[in-house]
Amino acid sequence: MPFGNSHNKLKMNYTAEQEYPDLSQHNNHMAKVLTSEMYANLRDKETPSGFTLDDVIQTGVDNPGHPFIMTVGCVAGDEETYEVFKDLLDPVIEDRHGGYKPTDKHKTDLNPENLQGGDDLDPNYVLSSRVRTGRSIRGFCLPPHCSRGERRAIENLSVEALSSLEGELKGKYYALKNMTEEEQQQLIDDHFLFDKPVSPLLLASGMARDWPDARGIWHNDDKTFLVWVNEEDHLRVISMQKGGNMREVFTRFCTGLTTIEGLFKEKSHEFMWNEHLGFVLTCPSNLGTGLRAGVHVKLPNLSKNEKFGEVLKKLRLQKRGTGGVDTAAVGGVFDISNADRLGFSEVELVQMVVDGVGLLVEMEKRLEGGQSIDDLMPEQK
Amino acid sequence: MASSFARILSSKRNVGILSLVGAGSLTVGFLLNREQHVSAGAQVRRVYPPSAEYPDLRKHNNCMASHLTPAVYAKLCDKATPNGYTLDQAIQTGVDNPGHPFIKTVGMVAGDEETYEVFADLFDPVIMERHNGYDPRKMKHPTDLDASKIRSGLFDEKYVLSSRVRTGRSIRGLSLPPACTRAERREVERVVINALGGLQGDLAGKYYSLTQMTEEEQQQLIDDHFLFDKPVSPLLTCAGMARDWPDARGIWHNNEKTFLVWVNEEDHTRVISMEKGGNMKRVFERFCRGLQEVERLIQEKGWEFMWNERLGYVLTCPSNLGTGLRAGVHITLPRLSKDPRFPKILDNLRLQKRGTGGVDTAAVGSTFDISNLDRLGQSEVQLVQTVIDGVNYLIECEKRLEKGQDIKIPAAISQFK
Repeated sequence: MPFGNSHNKLKMNYTAEQEYPDLSQHNNHMAKVLTSEMYANLRDKETPSGFTLDDVIQTGVDNPGHPFIMTVGCVAGDEETYEVFKDLLDPVIEDRHGGYKPTDKHKTDLNPENLQGGDDLDPNYVLSSRVRTGRSIRGFCLPPHCSRGERRAIENLSVEALSSLEGELKGKYYALKNMTEEEQQQLIDDHFLFDKPVSPLLLASGMARDWPDARGIWHNDDKTFLVWVNEEDHLRVISMQKGGNMREVFTRFCTGLTTIEGLFKEKSHEFMWNEHLGFVLTCPSNLGTGLRAGVHVKLPNLSKNEKFGEVLKKLRLQKRGTGGVDTAAVGGVFDISNADRLGFSEVELVQMVVDGVGLLVEMEKRLEGGQSIDDLMPEQK
Repeated sequence: MASSFARILSSKRNVGILSLVGAGSLTVGFLLNREQHVSAGAQVRRVYPPSAEYPDLRKHNNCMASHLTPAVYAKLCDKATPNGYTLDQAIQTGVDNPGHPFIKTVGMVAGDEETYEVFADLFDPVIMERHNGYDPRKMKHPTDLDASKIRSGLFDEKYVLSSRVRTGRSIRGLSLPPACTRAERREVERVVINALGGLQGDLAGKYYSLTQMTEEEQQQLIDDHFLFDKPVSPLLTCAGMARDWPDARGIWHNNEKTFLVWVNEEDHTRVISMEKGGNMKRVFERFCRGLQEVERLIQEKGWEFMWNERLGYVLTCPSNLGTGLRAGVHITLPRLSKDPRFPKILDNLRLQKRGTGGVDTAAVGSTFDISNLDRLGQSEVQLVQTVIDGVNYLIECEKRLEKGQDIKIPAAISQFK
C-alpha cells in the first residue's frame, strides 16, 4: 500500500515500457506470466480500494526468486484484486494449482462426517497431527493493503467472535503489544508465538506495516485450537494435537471454523468466498481451501528409499522438515501434508493425507522388517 | 515537473468515492460474471475516523513520535502532495521502527519536494528538534560553495589519515526514493549519468550500473570501498526506498577515485569527495567544483536541483536538509581520546565522533571519524571551516598532551552565524 498506490495516476505520464519492471533475472510465477503487453493493459486499473498492479507485483519484483523453488511473486490487497487483475492472476493460479482453469468450480466441504477413518494412525510413527487454513473477512482490505483502522477493526471483530466460543473451544486472546513476559514465554514454549515476519517475500508486500499493532494469538484452554490474527492473513486457524487421531483434529477444525463463521454472520460479516476460488486469501497459493493438513511422522527407512519421492508425488503429498516450509528433516521425522489447496474440498484433501500417511507407515514397517514395498506402490491420485 | 501536475484529490480515503463517480478505469462489469457480492453503488472502502487510524506511539522514541499528536494527525491525514504522497506513507518508517532508547531517529521521510510543504505542521517542529533549534518558519538557510574562502585546511598527516566531504542532491520534478516509480527512478539515473558523462579533466570518470556490472568491476568497487549494497536497515526498507532493487541504481566515480556519486540509493544522488591524507581544502575544492559542474550540466538540459531558501537542498531524510553536508576526517588521537574532557571539547567545537566504519560503529584503536554536527542553518563553507578549525584544535590538544602540557576546553562556538 505505501509503495505504489499513490503514484498510479502519476505513472500514466510515463509509457508502459518506461515503467515495466526488469524481470530478466526473475524466476517466479508472476515473472513468467507478466509480459510487457499485459503490464500495459493492466497498469491503469485499480481495485475499488485503490490497490494497483504494481502493488500486486511488488513482492515478485523485489524477490527474483530461487532457481529451484518457484515462488508466487504476487499478492492480493483485497477481494477484488482477483477480479480486476485476473488477466495476471488466472494464469498464475492455473500454473500454481495444477492446471486449475478460470472456469473451474471449487467445492467446499467442512463436514467431518464425510471423512472415512483417520482416527487410528499409528502413534508409534505419527507423532502429531495438524490442520491449518486461513480466512478473510469480507469488506476489509487484506494485510498488504489494510490501514491501521481496518486492521484494528478486524482484530476487534475476531476477538469478539472468538470470545464467544464455548466448551472445548473456549479460550483467550493475547494481543502482541500487550502480552506480559510470562505470557510471551509460555506461548514460545507452546510453539504458538509468531514473530514479525522477516522473510523479504512478506516484507516487500507491506504485510508487516505497523507491527505489532492489532496482531495477536488466540488459543483455547486445551491448546488444541489456535487462531493467529493479522499475520499473513486476517485469520489463520490451526487445530492440532499429539498423536495420530487426525479425525479428531479435523472434526475440531471444522466445528471451530463453522462456529466462528456463524458468530461473524450474527454480526453481518462473512468470509471472503466464491464458487470459483473458494476461500480468498492474501497469497494466490492459499486459495480454495487454504488447507494444509499434516503430520509429523517417523520414516527413517522409507525416506532413504529411492522410491520415496515418487510415492509422495503419486499420493499428492509433500514433505517438509519439522520446522515447517524450507526446513530439513531431523532424525528421520518428516512433516507430510497435502500438496494441493484448490480444486479439492477440505474433506478430500484430509482424506488424501489420512490414506496416504497410512500407506507410508505401512511401507515403513515393511522396510523395517527387511521386506519389499513394490506391491504397495500406489496409483497416481 | 511537479508543479505542472494538477493537484489530485487522491488521498486513500477518497479513492472509493472517486471510483463511484467513474474516475479512473474501473470496470464494474467484471463483477457480473462471477458471484456478485459487492453492488456497484455500495461504499467500497471503509472510512475510519482519524482516531481509529492514529498509530500507537507509546513505545516510540523518534522525532516523528514526539511531534505527531492526535490533533496534528487528524489535521494532516487526509492531505496528499500533488503526486499523491500521504502522511501515512511519510511516517510509516517511524511507526515500524520505534527507535532506540539512546539514539533518537527521525522517523519520517519525504516522498517528494512538496512533502515538506503539505505536511509542514509535522515536518517543521521535527526539523527544529533535529537541527538544534533551526526554525524553518522564520530562518533562512545560506548556501555557499565557494571553496576559495576556506582558511588553512591542510592537516598534519601524522594524525589525519584521510579527508572526506559528502552530500546529496535531488532532481527537481522527480519523486524521492520512498515514493518514486520505476520510470522516475530510471529518469533520475538517465539525467544524472548524462551530466556526469560531461565531466572532464580530473573529474572525468565512469558509471557502473548495479544491474550490469561485471564480476571484476564489482570486486574492484568492493576493494575500493565504493560499492553500496541493497539497504538492510529497517529504517530504510520500511520507507520503501529499496523497492525494485537493483533497477536504476549505480555508482559513478572519476578515474582518480577521488570523486564518487551514488545514484538512487537513499537519495537521488549522494556526492562524495575524498582522498588519503589531510588536504581537506583540496577535497572541498573538488567537491564544490564537481557539484557546480554537475549542476551546470543538468541545467543545460532543463533540470535543476531541489532547493529553497527555507530548507536549503531538499533530500529524503529531514536530517539531511540544508547542506546535507558531512565533512570529516579519520584521525588518530591516542591521548586526547582517553582524556575525560574529550566529549565536551567535541561538543563545544560542534563536532561529532564516529567509528571508522561510519555511523553507529565503534572506533578501532584510537582512530576516529570526526565530522560536523550540523547540517542546516550554516553554509557549506561555514561547516567545513568549523571542521577544519576544530580538527586543528584537536591536533593541538594531542600535541600538548604528548609534551605533558595541559589542554583547555574551548569556548562553545555559536551555532547559527
